[in-house]
Parts: sequence; C-alpha cells; structure tokens
Amino acid sequence: MRYLPLCERERAEMCARIGVASVEELFHDIPASVRLDAKTQLLPDHLGEIEVEAVMRELAAGNRAAGDGPFFVGAGAYRHHVPASVDHLVQRSEFMTSYTPYQAEIAQGNLQAMFEFQSFVSLLTGMEVANSSMYDGSTACSEAVAMAHRITGRKKAVLAGGLHPHYREVVETMSRFAGDEVENLEIGSKDVGIDRIDGETSCIVVQTPDFFGNLHDLTALGEAAHKHGALLIAVTTEVVSLGLLRSPGSMGADITAAEGQSLGNSLNFGGPYVGLFATREKHLRKMPGRLVGETTDEDGRRGFVLTLSAREQHIRRQNATSNICTNSNLCAMAFAIHLALLGEKGLQRLARINHARAVRLADMLDSIAGVKLVNENFFNEFTIEIEGRNGSDVIESLAGENILGGVPAARFYPENESMRSLVVVAATELCRDEDMQRYHDSLRNLLKGEKS
Amino acid sequence: MSEETKQARSKGLHLEELLLFEIDSDACGVDMDEPEDFTPRLGGLQRKDAIGLPGLSEPQVMRHYSRLARQNYSIDDGIYPLGSCTMKHNPRLNEKMARLPGFADIHPLQPVSSVPGALRLMEALSEKLRLLTGMPAIAMTPRAGAHGELCGMMAIRSALESRGGEAAGRKRILAPESAHGTNPATAAMLGFEVDPIRATSRGEIDFEELRSKLDSSVAAIMITNPNTCGLFETQMIEIADAIHDVGGYLYCDGANFNAILGRVRPGDLGVDAMHINLHKTFSTPHGGGGPGAGPVALSERLASFAPLPCVLSTQDGLRLIETQADAHEHGASPFGRLGAFHGQMGMFTRALTYILSHGGDGLRQVSGDAVLNANYVRASLQDVLEVAFDRICMHEALFSDGTLQADGVSTLDFAKAMIDRGVHPMTMYFPLVVHGAMLIEPTESESKASLDSFISLMRELAQSSAEDKKAFAKAPLHAPRKRLDETKAARKPVLSWRG
Repeated sequence: MRYLPLCERERAEMCARIGVASVEELFHDIPASVRLDAKTQLLPDHLGEIEVEAVMRELAAGNRAAGDGPFFVGAGAYRHHVPASVDHLVQRSEFMTSYTPYQAEIAQGNLQAMFEFQSFVSLLTGMEVANSSMYDGSTACSEAVAMAHRITGRKKAVLAGGLHPHYREVVETMSRFAGDEVENLEIGSKDVGIDRIDGETSCIVVQTPDFFGNLHDLTALGEAAHKHGALLIAVTTEVVSLGLLRSPGSMGADITAAEGQSLGNSLNFGGPYVGLFATREKHLRKMPGRLVGETTDEDGRRGFVLTLSAREQHIRRQNATSNICTNSNLCAMAFAIHLALLGEKGLQRLARINHARAVRLADMLDSIAGVKLVNENFFNEFTIEIEGRNGSDVIESLAGENILGGVPAARFYPENESMRSLVVVAATELCRDEDMQRYHDSLRNLLKGEKS
Repeated sequence: MSEETKQARSKGLHLEELLLFEIDSDACGVDMDEPEDFTPRLGGLQRKDAIGLPGLSEPQVMRHYSRLARQNYSIDDGIYPLGSCTMKHNPRLNEKMARLPGFADIHPLQPVSSVPGALRLMEALSEKLRLLTGMPAIAMTPRAGAHGELCGMMAIRSALESRGGEAAGRKRILAPESAHGTNPATAAMLGFEVDPIRATSRGEIDFEELRSKLDSSVAAIMITNPNTCGLFETQMIEIADAIHDVGGYLYCDGANFNAILGRVRPGDLGVDAMHINLHKTFSTPHGGGGPGAGPVALSERLASFAPLPCVLSTQDGLRLIETQADAHEHGASPFGRLGAFHGQMGMFTRALTYILSHGGDGLRQVSGDAVLNANYVRASLQDVLEVAFDRICMHEALFSDGTLQADGVSTLDFAKAMIDRGVHPMTMYFPLVVHGAMLIEPTESESKASLDSFISLMRELAQSSAEDKKAFAKAPLHAPRKRLDETKAARKPVLSWRG
C-alpha cells in the first residue's frame, strides 16, 4: 500500500521490542466478541492511483460544472475568478499539512497569515476585531446570535425577512436547543424591522445585500437597537460587495457575520467555506473562535501567538464561549491571498465590475414581457418575478438548455405562495455578454411559449 | 518591521518577512478592465472612504507567502506527533480529485438534476462510513468534530423529546474527566449539565463510579474510544448496556477512530452517535487548523432525527432532501439544520479518494501500523520517560512529566527543546488527568527509520534534561522565533494591523 512505509520485517522487529508476538495482539483490549479478524472484509481492497482517478472522474463527470455554460446562480455562494497563484500557495506543504499553530515558534507563517487575515476582515467590515475564521457564514451568524445573548443577558433574536433561509434555519435550530427565542419578520419584506425591537430583544439580525439582493442602510436600525439595549448583527453572504458598499461597522453594527467564500474559494457544492466574524473591541472577550495576537519573542523580535484562549473550549470547557475547535484556516488563507492580490484598487474594481454586470443583466431580463425586476437597488444579485409562472419550472426548463439561470425562491419556501414565481439571479465578473444574451433570449422564448 | 530590519535579520535560509501592509506599493496583483460607464443601483449606499487594503503585485504576494511558509513546520517536513490530532500523510491525489471541475466548480443551489454525480459521491462516502462503523445512518453535514458533537447531541435531545414524559427533561451528561474540551463545551451549548467521571488507575473510565451515577436523569454518556489516554475502553459494551438500561444514549467522540479502523465497528459496541473527523482519520489535510468535516454515524434509535439536508435512496434513485415537509414524506423527522448548503463536499471528495486508495485491507493496515508505531515509541521510551499507564496502548503513547519533574524540567521546556532538534513536539498538558501530560501519536505514516530517529533524540533529551535544564528553559534557539511572550499578547491584545 503506497502510503504505508513499514515492511513485514520491520513490523516483526517492532513487535519484538514491544514484547508481543504480532500486531493483532496489540488489539486484545477490544473484546473478542466484537473484534474483527483479518478475514472480515468491510470494504473492497485498495486501488492504485489510476483506478481511483477513474472512479472519481466518473462521478465528477455526472455533474454540470458552472464553467460548462451560462451560469447565474448565487444565493449565498458566488462564482468568482480565483487567481492561479492562490491555489498554488494554499497547497504549499507548510500551510496545507500543518496543524493548528499551538507551537508558535514553528508556526509563525500560519500565525502571521492569520493576523493579516484578521486585519483584512476588520478593515472590510469596519469592525475593530475579527477572529481567525468560523466554519462558514451560517454558523458565524448563529454564533453571533449566541454571543449577543451572552452580552445582553437576553434571549430573543429578531431575524429580518431577507436573511438567507439556511442561515435562518441554523439560528432557529441552535436557538431551539439552547432554549432561546427567535422572532421571524415577514419573508421577503424590505422592512428591516425597526419597530420590532423592544426591551426583550437581544439582537436583530439583518443581511445586506439580503437574500433577494436588496441593500439596506442599517444606520437607523442600529440606533434603534442600541436605544433598547439590543445589538445589531449584520450579515453579508457576498463579501465582494464590501468593496463598493458602506461597511457594516460604519452603519453601527455590533457584530458582523459573513461568508468569505467569494474570495479565494471555489463553489465546492457548498463547502468548505469560510466564516468571517468581527465585532467591537469591548466585546472581545465574549467572542467565539481562535484569535491571533501580536507580541515579541525573547530577542524583542515581532511574532504572533494564539491569544485570549481562556475563552476557548480546550481551556474553559463547559464555560467556553463556543465549542469550536477546528475552523476554516486554509480557506481563510485563500481568502487573504486573493485579497492581497486584489488590494484596495483591485477589490473596488472587482466590485464595480460585478455591479455593472448585474445591472446589465437585470435590465435585460426586466425588458422581457412577463418578467419584473423586484429590486430597487442591488449589488451583484437581484430577484425577478416571472409573472404567472412557477420559478422552479422555469429554472428547470432553462437548465434543459444548459443555462443555470438562478435559484427559485420556492426551493427554500415551498409553502409560501408569494415566493412561487421569484427567482434570485446573480452575475459576477465571470458572466460574459454572450451568456447574458443567451439567458435573455431563452427566457423570452420560454415565456412566449417558443422553442429557442 | 522595516525593510532594513528584515534584511539585517535574514540569514541564509532563515528569512524574515514583513507584513503585507508594510510591503504596500500601490500595485495590484489582478488585471481587470474597468466596466463601461453605467448608472449604479446602490441606493446611495456607496462606500465613501478607503478600505485601507495594501496594494501588491503578484510576485510580491508570491514572495510574501513563500517566505511565510518557510516559517511553518508541517507533516511534509517531518514527524508531527501531536496526540489526538492524527497528523498523517496527506496524499496529493486527494487534492487533485477535489479540484476536478465536476466537484469544485458546482454550486450547491444549481438544479439538483444537474448534479447527480455529487449525490452519488455523498452516498458513496456515506456507505463506506456505514460499513466501517457498522451503523445504519450518517449525518453528513457537520463541518468539524465539535460540530459533529452538536449534531449527535441534538439527535439525542430530539430522541428524548420524542419519547416525551420524563425523558424529555433529562439534562445530565456523564463524561470522563479526560474528555476533549469540546465535549463539555458542546453539552453546555445545548443546556446539558456535565457530570465528570473519574478514571481508574488503568486509565479507563471508572465503571463502578459511572454505574453509581446512572439513573433516569441521565440523557447520555459522552465517551472517547479509544480514549484520550490512548487506551481502549475495555468495558465499552457494558457501559453501553448500562446507559441503555436507564433509557439514555451513548455518544462516542470518534477523534481516535484511526486506531480501530477495520478492527471493531462502533455499532457493535453499542454506540448511538459518533462523529468522524475526516481531517484526521481520512486525511483531508488539517490546513493549519481547518477546514475539517465531522460526519456523524447514528444508530437506528437516532437515525430519523438526522439534520437537513440529507441524501436518501428512493425508488427513483438518490434524492436530496432539503425541507422538513419532504423529509416527513420519507418518514424522517430532522431536528433542523446545522449549516448552509450540503456539507463539506470538498472534504468528502478527499476522504472518498483516501478510502478507495486504501481499501478495506489498507485501512486495517492503517490502524495496525498506527497502533504498532505508538507502542514502539512507548516501549522505546519507557525507561527514560514515565509512562502514564503501563500497558499496551492504541494509536498514541501517553507519558507524564514524572521523571522530568525530578530534573526540574517542565513539559513545556521539554517540548521547546524538541523544536531545537528539528521535530514538532507532541501534545502537551492533555489529557488533564495526567500530570504534565505528553501525548505522542506518530500515526501510520512514519517509517521505522523516522521513528528510530525520533526515539533516539527523545532519549537524548530525556537523559540530558538534568544537566541541560537551563538550556531547555531557553529553548528554542534555532526556530524562526525564540519563546514568544504570551502574557504580553493577552494583556494588551493587538489583533490587527495598526499602521
């Protein structure tokens, strides 16, 4: 077996030193009644690289990759161009095959990269402190709610109607088990719920750009929340938007939870992604997750360490701020490398391109009879209403023409009649003019009952 | 740091590096054309201030991260014997497969009809895990071990609630003192109360004490097996029977599954829920701290509560179940959702690649060699370091600081001295039940020559600790940094660049 270095002679020598007759004897603590012998075959025998590749390629071939044709799917995960150097660097052995940096003196590479990542997240979100990643945006959001409860001593979270439906479900699930309360505002409503905050409210969770693509000014909401002693949690599933839009921090957010997949990370059918988590300095010690801090070594040289670990499970156990241990380090690294390449100018330009593409597509689709653009404003994603049609059927039909035209809202809200004809459509820098034209033409023909 | 300092401190291949913000040169590492003129639709929410990001060209970024990489130890550099972490070889075939566009470039919300291969892959991995665990269902979506613990404990809570009556109100969790910190942290997040169980002098759960605490207020026992002392819990079946007798459930922390692959199926031990760290046992790389994946194997008692989404085998083939209504139609009652989308697909492709590459025969050899290597280290060091439990261990060998203490050397100092000898230290001060614990997990990836070299340097260090204790306290001297001031870092935290 190509991954296992020991040979039989060595195994015998090692057994002799240990004082056992065979490797099998090392397993005698397992009760004989359930111990498996070498004759029990749980799985088929091992395969060579050639055979394994064949199996995996056959599975992969069953999927229609985003790059195989026009593609406009977003709704929390976005297809952006990732520079080749990003994937090369994250595959460096030193980054990819190292562990959590518990021995700081020989993990400075990872620690410094995470310090830079934290710096990036703070700058983008306009917050004072950021951790070195959560699993993804949805779990970051759920952790933000739990943190708000710790800070306020209250138990009720209000979720705005534009919060990503999966994020909503994650918060609901965690809250139900933790004995906390969730109040949902009307799904799809552009009202962010200022009048729904009261003295019982721990936090209000608002996504911008929201699930339907709408943008929200959170300033007044933040003020209202603070007046009632509640916190404002801002959620973003498309971080590229922060290149162009006001940051959550500048609008008064107390905690920002975001999905960072857009930078550096592939779609991967939903994971692994990277959760961004940032807050105000005064809440630092209530934060979940790993933090990297700057310090010096005995020679006074700058260095980095994991810090404030007294919040974490390996030290505080049942009193920890979260149970998180493994996070999304390598995805955070990819995020940081991509952002380092973009820089100030590149990120802003990328954001402008995304917005321009979406504006163009929105206008094209809106011009089709029977299609209505729902949004007044948006970044790189918007919602269309296809009058009198079932959005899911339309998307299926388009897929039949090899156009992946977006996400039908009914996929998340099958019982909600008002969602039936809505489709959430995204456009990024990877959407070409001819893709948009094909989308437009096919949708128009579909609605006219013609074959394209 | 300035460019001058960086230059002055770099020597040979010891390369200092600045922060990205200190390299800032107003360049850009990505070429894209500005869009043609258009009217923005941002509703007046445009950013007016600069973000504050640095500007670097591609070569500057490449050089920055390459220099940083040089300051990081990795499993590709040498032995990485962190106990409980299973730092094994990461085959590059896994990476290549995960990057096939048919896996990496598919969107979780594109029409399900366009991703049959993805569902087949998830089902294929699930099937392998079912066969290896002997358990009927796998909840695939948890993102890591601790997330898997949440999943398993939520399933247990749901099962208790569905039984109603006294069961619904059960709050107590019994867990050994030696448990991973995530166990009590997970239990607390869900409103459970943890009652710790002592270990016996043989390093196993004190079954008598456990039995004395068992009654109908106990929701579950959380056990790691093999446990965090690297020992198999020989009374696991009796423990399972005992908790089942009082109507509770057995949660197994599967962090150490590597040691028993193909040797015993957790389902045969009476386990109700067990997370599997794909990033440990199935070698999806640790990536410096993540991402991982923590699918949870569930017993018949818990299977129907598995969270959304899940892939079900139906008459019409594989189906992705995303909503409660759809699940109910198929007879399931998911307890909710643990994360957006469908789980760590990128880790599933790597884990399946790894499992196919090893096969049943290879995986059994994995556990055999992992356990053999650990026992070889234990047997080769037991005369110079104090073994915590004098018996055959599983995949990791546990030592206390008994002999070092006598020389006035702490576990920390010993670990730092190892760094100066060019190897990564073992896990320190865990499990908490052993004084100054040193937990060594070599994994199956180490050759005998590598182990012999490791053993010889460990023996030298142990034997010289008395006369070298001052040097140990100063170590490391040869790493990219000397000891870092953790107190300073925590007293006035600097967590981001302040230019």
